[in-house]
Amino acid sequence: MHHLSIAELAKGLRAKTFSSVELTEHFLQRIKRLDGEFNSFVTVTEQEALAQAKAADAARAAGKDTPLLGVPIAHKDIFCTQGVRTSCGSRMLENFVPPYDATIVDNYQQAGAVVLGKLNMDEFAMGSSNETSYFGAVKNPWDTRCVPGGSSGGSAAAVAARLTPGATASDTGGSIRQPASHCGLTGLKPTYGRVSRYGMIAFASSLDQAGVLTHSALDAAIMLNTLVSFDPLDSTSVDAPLEDYTADLGRDVAGMTIGVPQEYFGDGLNVEVAAKVQEAIDEFAKMGANIKEISLPHSELAVPAYYVIAPAECSANLSRFDGVRYGYRCDNPKDLEDLYKRSRSEAFGDEVIRRILVGTYALSAGYFDAYYKKAQQVRRLIKQDFDQAFADVDVIMGPTCPSPAFKLGAKGTDPVAMYLEDIYTIATNLAGLPGLSIPCGLVENKPVGLQLIGPAFAEQRLLGLAHQFQNTTDFHTLTAPGLE
Amino acid sequence: MTWETVIGLEVHVQLATKSKLFSGASTAFGSEPNTQACAVDLAMPGTLPLANEQAFRYATMFGLAINADIGKESVFERKNYFYPDLPKGYQTTQLEKPIVGPGEVEIALADGSTKAIRIHHAHLEEDAGKSLHEDFHGMSGIDLNRAGTPLIEVVTEPDMSNAEEAVAFAKKLHGLVTSLGICDGEMSQGSMRFDVNISVRQPGGELGTRTETKNLNSFKFMEEAIALEVERQIDVLESGGSIQQETRLYDGDKKRARTMRSKEEANDYRYFPCPDLLPVIIDDEYIESVRAQMPELPEARKARFASEYGLNDYDAGILAGDLATSQYFEILTQRTTDAKQSANWIMGELSAKLNSEEKSIGQSPVSAEQLAGVIERTKDGTISSKIAKQVFEALWQGEGDSADAVIEAKGLKQVSDTSALEKMAEEVIANSPKQVDNYKNADPEKRPKMLGYFVGQIMKASKGQANPQAVNEILLKKLDELL
Amino acid sequence: MDPAEIHKLANLAKIEIDDSHIAEVTARISDVLALVDQLQAADTRGVTPMAHPLDAVQRLRTDEVSEPNRREDFQAIAPETQEGLYLVPKVID
Repeated sequence: MHHLSIAELAKGLRAKTFSSVELTEHFLQRIKRLDGEFNSFVTVTEQEALAQAKAADAARAAGKDTPLLGVPIAHKDIFCTQGVRTSCGSRMLENFVPPYDATIVDNYQQAGAVVLGKLNMDEFAMGSSNETSYFGAVKNPWDTRCVPGGSSGGSAAAVAARLTPGATASDTGGSIRQPASHCGLTGLKPTYGRVSRYGMIAFASSLDQAGVLTHSALDAAIMLNTLVSFDPLDSTSVDAPLEDYTADLGRDVAGMTIGVPQEYFGDGLNVEVAAKVQEAIDEFAKMGANIKEISLPHSELAVPAYYVIAPAECSANLSRFDGVRYGYRCDNPKDLEDLYKRSRSEAFGDEVIRRILVGTYALSAGYFDAYYKKAQQVRRLIKQDFDQAFADVDVIMGPTCPSPAFKLGAKGTDPVAMYLEDIYTIATNLAGLPGLSIPCGLVENKPVGLQLIGPAFAEQRLLGLAHQFQNTTDFHTLTAPGLE
Repeated sequence: MTWETVIGLEVHVQLATKSKLFSGASTAFGSEPNTQACAVDLAMPGTLPLANEQAFRYATMFGLAINADIGKESVFERKNYFYPDLPKGYQTTQLEKPIVGPGEVEIALADGSTKAIRIHHAHLEEDAGKSLHEDFHGMSGIDLNRAGTPLIEVVTEPDMSNAEEAVAFAKKLHGLVTSLGICDGEMSQGSMRFDVNISVRQPGGELGTRTETKNLNSFKFMEEAIALEVERQIDVLESGGSIQQETRLYDGDKKRARTMRSKEEANDYRYFPCPDLLPVIIDDEYIESVRAQMPELPEARKARFASEYGLNDYDAGILAGDLATSQYFEILTQRTTDAKQSANWIMGELSAKLNSEEKSIGQSPVSAEQLAGVIERTKDGTISSKIAKQVFEALWQGEGDSADAVIEAKGLKQVSDTSALEKMAEEVIANSPKQVDNYKNADPEKRPKMLGYFVGQIMKASKGQANPQAVNEILLKKLDELL
Repeated sequence: MDPAEIHKLANLAKIEIDDSHIAEVTARISDVLALVDQLQAADTRGVTPMAHPLDAVQRLRTDEVSEPNRREDFQAIAPETQEGLYLVPKVID
């Protein structure tokens, strides 16, 4: 059953080939048996999942038939789940049980999906390797000596290891697409504002967006249909008409124009990855797409701008973790200052502290203009690059990551080396655009991804192109070697 | 040496919205701790702010009332600092693009002159919670019911030159915001709080270093704190010292002020635009719709009181100054149809009593309807004006629901019954042979003055309830019969 | 960037960095700042800062009380409360 896609599982449930309880038990068994090796789950909600599965079967017997009814999924541990510990990968929230659900958690519950548990992640989504999690690093199912990518490393590893057919995730600078690339998955970051952020623990509010990790574009479209909603609880949630993301998957690639930015094929890119990405683009050409070389001239400034804006926003967003109302509190604080400082220093990891300090610096008196304001101006230049490009092309394609998954610990303590992992994905977040990574081959026996970037709200177009590619290729069906 | 004082104010005005600036929790005062702090107010992870339209409407009304420009694009920023009453670790406020731009408020001074006080700007922001310092085994308790309550912070230019002007401005502002209905004006509940920036200088010289005395919540404390701080600064300067820029706290009970923090300890607030909130756009259509619904403002009301009720300028100014007082006055006048009596009662007995108990008119135990009863009974002769004060006092103490009930229960009804009064007069005359002789032998033009003794005796015998006019007439008649 | 500056930032952010780590933290932060300093080369004259990817305006909520009292739920996850109050070491104004 774990080799079936979400579309196939839904079909099987509808045909009563298996029940949701059977399906859920099957995945719970797999998690129990296999996840010791990958560490992709932080919390497995066995009892809740079985109860939801039972309820889904009963609802189906009573005539309910929604696309995700009884289908098991799992949530990144950044989404608040009422009554279920939500850690955000941090010691700070090691015992935090939210009294409310994130809107997207509620959406899946309404749709009748079964939640297997909460998935590991870099602490507060700050990382590109899932090594900053308080709950330990996650291993890449394709090569357990390697990282799965981050920050949604648990989501990616769990789907790649077929411990769940699909997972929710979040992407602030590449945290869905980069792990998708490293784990051979389809990973979609929707347009900023398309998905509610309510109940998603904030890292950088103007960049964060929830998305999904699945095997195929079709599965991503099915999951996206439930993920997307207009949410009055989020002022930045866009009140645009809801779409059926599965409706246009058959779209004709012929006649579409694909822009290939020269800046995405520069020095930092592994040559074998470049070759795989080029082959994938050639495949689109074969399907009748026009390929056009384009320029996004401010690309090299995306990482510097991001590492001002994201830390600045996070430095304020993480101030609420002060040991007063919830979360970690140090033992025997001697005064208020001590309560703040020790609670925060004992519960935040090194990377989180680094980013808080960088953000504090960028906003501090005398530096605001040189850093924060400058970064926001550059952000606009980056956005304008995309606007100009999309005047001529329908989609932009290039690599998702500069190289395949690296070994655990390989980037050591050098944050800058780690930051460059997201060199091709970050600009999309700065501009608020949708981005999709799909597998396009193996390098060193590890998957690599092709990134598709669209104009705002062009999720259907991206999924359609990806689906057509997946109809003619089989990279998305490859399974990690040695996996049961 | 002579010194000139320079004063600027920052006034926090709590807006009278039902719910908070960024959440749907109630803003009602006085509830059990933390029962009105929802997930957003508590800064629970993942929660997001939702801006309250009414707060913008109120701020716009204020801007229109002071003839200010309304910010067409108004942006919220985060002001970062750690404090237990600030759950997010930042206050959502406005800095670069506030909702209300420069404006002006005119104040009237005791000598009859007026002065324009410039408003630098007014911005919308959220209030913090409260730290309760009662001892919880060496700890403080935090109540976040107030956290997120909408405020406008009104920032003046340093245009005031003494405590009188600052208090006049504060009262004017109080009248304005209560008349607009955008603030309940209850100072004792913290609905208006004043930060006073004070410096002194040689006449015409450069501005001196200023200090800020924070969180004054009564006009009286403000006046005292200014006087104290001006005196302190002059003392320091005249003894060769220099003023340190600092934040000070005034303790109104102990009549003392102290340093709260010095400039060196001042925070670096790291303001930046709040990414959870988008710019609020206020267009001309919106502004005009607000303008069309503006209530009567104190200036207009003062003019109306003068013409409609025949009040003099001074009385009209006081009664029209704030909404609660003007409403009290109008209810009273409608019921009693006697504007002069109503005005006298409000500015006399009622105001003295409110002052002595540090209550606002909104907190008066005697309602306008109850006071109207007292005035009506005085006018129709049921009680004397002296007894009226007694009835008012009884109502104040909650000893009855209405003037009539108090009069009835306490038997305060004025005695106008002629036969009873005649009997009392006869007794007094019979018991005062000496006074009667004196009366008889006096010059006829001196007799009316001598009548006072007999009246006094009857009033005493009747415990003040005899109708003085009737007593006068009866006594005159009886004594004249003896001549 | 020197250790004294890091201490100042840490104090603003209410983070404690002990002396054995300060050199390491200073070095790492310096590396990151060297990366972001590439921004200084960009010509941004006349460019309006972009605070937000959405070119949209704030929706405003109707003034209604919609949140019930959930103090029990919220304080069940609090480190220390008494009589409905959150407790912290003595606050000195």
